[in-house]
Formats: sequence, structure tokens, C-alpha cells
Amino acid sequence: MEYNASELMIINAARLLRDGDVVFVGVGQPNLACNLARRTHAPNLLMIYEAGVIGARPARLPLSIGDPTLVSGASLVCSMYDVFTLYLQRGNVDVGFLGGAQIDRYGNINATVIGPYDHPKVRLPGSGGSQEIAAWANRCYIMTPHQKRRFPEKVDFVTSAGFLNGNGERQAAGLRGGGPQAVVTNLGILEPDDSGEMILTALHPGCTLEQAQDNTGWPLKAAPQLRLTEPPTAEELRILRDELDPDRIYLK
Amino acid sequence: MSKVCSLKEAVASYVKDGDTLYAAGFTHLIPFAAGHEIIRQGRKNLTLARATPDLIYDQMVAAGCARKVIFSYMGNPGVGSLRIVRSELEAGRLEWEEYSHFGMITRLSAGASGLPFLPMKQTGAADLEKANPNIRRVTDPYSGEEVVVVPALNPDVAIVHVQRADRSGNAHIWGILGEQKEAAFAARHVILTAEELVDEDVIRSDPNRSMIPGFIVDAVCEVPFASHPSYTQGYYDRDNAFYLSWDQISESPEAVRAWLDEWVYGVQDRAEYWQKLGAETHERLRVTPNLSSPVNYGAY
Repeated sequence: MEYNASELMIINAARLLRDGDVVFVGVGQPNLACNLARRTHAPNLLMIYEAGVIGARPARLPLSIGDPTLVSGASLVCSMYDVFTLYLQRGNVDVGFLGGAQIDRYGNINATVIGPYDHPKVRLPGSGGSQEIAAWANRCYIMTPHQKRRFPEKVDFVTSAGFLNGNGERQAAGLRGGGPQAVVTNLGILEPDDSGEMILTALHPGCTLEQAQDNTGWPLKAAPQLRLTEPPTAEELRILRDELDPDRIYLK
Repeated sequence: MSKVCSLKEAVASYVKDGDTLYAAGFTHLIPFAAGHEIIRQGRKNLTLARATPDLIYDQMVAAGCARKVIFSYMGNPGVGSLRIVRSELEAGRLEWEEYSHFGMITRLSAGASGLPFLPMKQTGAADLEKANPNIRRVTDPYSGEEVVVVPALNPDVAIVHVQRADRSGNAHIWGILGEQKEAAFAARHVILTAEELVDEDVIRSDPNRSMIPGFIVDAVCEVPFASHPSYTQGYYDRDNAFYLSWDQISESPEAVRAWLDEWVYGVQDRAEYWQKLGAETHERLRVTPNLSSPVNYGAY
């Protein structure tokens, strides 16, 4: 079965979701992962969008975080203040998806700026909802291509907290959520060890530890029992390609 | 009391040079018609506040209306970079003040509630706090723990687009609610644009759907299709193709200037803009009706 890097990451992210999870969904690849999970092993997945939509059942591929298809057929629509307070801050969200330009050794994310904040070399979009999702969702997942520039030892700016400097700093900060539980890349999966350092725990078929290490900006450790992920199935690829993203907008 | 006037009159009366403006709407109901009218009237030195500056502020910044932006996500939603605001920030030509979405709407909620500030739980990500002196900490007097606080945001003017309103400004909104209500209550003046002006009876038939009471509204303007290329739930779809094409237009200052000349300065009002878009676009954005089940309020 042929598949590309986006399909591989989306399918592996979908498999991390559990039936009954309440997920704070982002547009693009996270949206595809959630809708794939809902159509396969997690029919009771409850999707929340930061625009204030609870229990969305998008009938078409949402092209923005506020797409009207999220509203039609949803179970509830509320204000943004409600979604961030009653749902996220209160602790009603199991899973959040995060993205950013940089992810560091301890899973901290930068989506704000490359270079100094006041005189940015590259100005990125900024937090949006991610600062609070990273803090308060029980589990966070990240999908990103595995490239050295995306995996620096330390991010230029902490937009969203991972495990901060490791060694219990996150727990000491009193954040209710468990932090980044997996970074899914096109080479494999990184998960935090006991100190909060992101280590390689799985490789995708045909990928090697050396490849992952060569594309990581810190000395990447491998778990003692390095897993091999199951290749995408024909059914997973069919749902993604034929049902969810027929125009291949996010499957590129 | 009727507050109905043209959008031209409303902007002339309530939007002044140097004002802080909040054009409400999270992806949905973004008041582009009002943004374009402000550009046509040549307002300067505005502070433009919005969670997502979106194309409306990209266009207003390009037209020279702004001194500063306040935001929490500066991107072209679903597309990528918001090129004009971004390049002005990178070049140091535009001031900015930044929050997370939650920080931004918490500021508005404080403003809307008549509070000086509101607390939020800590997030562990302290770099924005270091970069923005408006984000501070206070000690919770009950638990002794630190919470993060942001000050009230009380814009001079909020512009809120709605599906339907009566002549006094009582307004029904459905679909994504964003920060419409908070923006309206936080602001000193409120300009309402509505897809439809309806009889008071229509509003009173479904009071649970009213988000904004007329008595906080200064001007009510009937402006069909006011949020294109954003959308109005049930009335027309989001013009995702335009959001994509703006990504190209905004790559060159000449193309932006030409676009503004044709689509903002070159038209009198939203009606002319919508006509100019043409039948093909109208058809592409048309929405098939999908009615909710009626509710029974009872006759008491």
C-alpha cells in the first residue's frame, strides 16, 4: 500500500485517540485524525472546536477553524469564553492537538516568533488557543514533519508548555493536564520519558533510528523497546482519501 | 426608538481617528462591509483589536488605517500567513500587543462585565507574560496561589454583524458566537450591521436567540452580505477561494493597492460590491436551507 508522509502521520495520530475521548480539535490534519478515529475505532469521540462548537459532526472538510459545517448538526454552540472556561479550564477536555514551528527536547512548543520577540526574524501566527490547550487538556498530541530545524534543543519562545526544563518542572507549575504525550512524525513517534524528555518510542516501517537522530536537534534517545508501527491499512487510507479529504487539501 | 441609518452615516458618527476598534466575529460574521467603509472614509491611527486580525485588518492595515494591532492569532485562517500585518510587524512599522485567545477574550469579558481585570489559571508558558507587561499575576486571596490576570478591554467602538435585528438594535445571532456579545457590552459605542432588518415581533418570538439588546446599540444598518468573504450562517458560505487568493494578492503591495482601488475605493457601498462579485460567486456561496425544529415558548 503506497502512502505519503501526511497520511502516515494522520493515521498514527488517529490511533492514539480512545473511544469516548473529548477532543479539542484543530483544523487541517488534526481534524482529519479525529474524524478518521470517529469513523474507525472511536465512534463516541466528542469533538470540540475552539470557535465554541461542541459535538461537531462536520459533513464536509472544514477549511477554517470556524467553518459553518461545524455548526450544522452539532450538539451545542457556545461563546469562546465559555469554551475556554467551562470546557477547557474546568478540566472537561481529554485530548488537545498542538502544532508549531519548533518543538524542543522537553516538548515545549514555539508558534510565536523566530529570533528576538521585539525584533522578530520571522513572526509566526502566535498562540491562538494552544497556550491553554497545552496546559489543561489531559493529553496533548503533536503532528509534525521530522526535521532538525523543527526540533531544536530549546525553542526560541515558549508559546505552549511541554515539560518546561524537565525533571518535574511542569508538575511543580501545577498544570492540570499531563502535557505532550506523543509527537507523531513522518519517521516515528516520540514520547516523554520519566524526566519529560522526548525520546523515540516507535519507528514507522522502513525508517531507522539513525534517520530520526540525524533529523533531531538534540541527542535523541531511543526507548529500550523500540516499537514498529503498523503500516496504514487500506481501510484507513480509503476513509481519508475518499470520504474525508477527496480534494487532497491536507493530504498533500 | 429607531437607530437605523446607513453604514456610511454610522461610521462617520462613531468611528474617530485614534479610536480602539473591535470588529467582532470569530471566522463567522466578520464585518467586512464596515471595515471597507472605514477605509473609504480614511480613518487613521486606529488601534485594531481582534482575536484573529483576519483579512479585514490585513486590508485596513494595508490602507493605512492602523497604528497598532491587538491580537491572539495572526494568520490567514485555513491558509497560512497574514502577510501584510506580519510584514508591518517585522519591519517595526506597526505596534502590537499579543495574548492567547483565552487572554484576549478574558480581557473583553472583563470589559463587558464592568470589572477592572479577570483571572485565569496559570499555563506554565511564561514567555508571553514577559513580553507583554499587561499580563500580570496576583495572589488568589483564598488559596494563596498565583493566578494570571489581564486588564479589561473597553474598545471605543465595536462593530458586530448579525443575522437579523429590529430597528432598535435587538439582535438575533446563531452559528458560531465567538466574542460578539462580549465585544458589544465592552465597547463604548456599538455599530450593528444586519443581514436583515425585521419586525420587533420576529425578535420577540424567540428571545433566547437574542444576543444583543438594542439599548446598548448606537446604530443599526441593514447591510446584506456584509461579512463576505467571511460568512453568515444560513445566509451564505465562507468564500474560502477568496481567502486563498488573498494569499497571492497580499504578496505584492501593487496588487494590494489595485485590489483596494477596485473593491473598496471603487465601489460606493456593499450593495455595489456584492453586485460586482457576480452571479457565479453568488451561486457558489449559496446555502441550502436547513431549518431547526421550532420551540414552543407557550402563550402566557
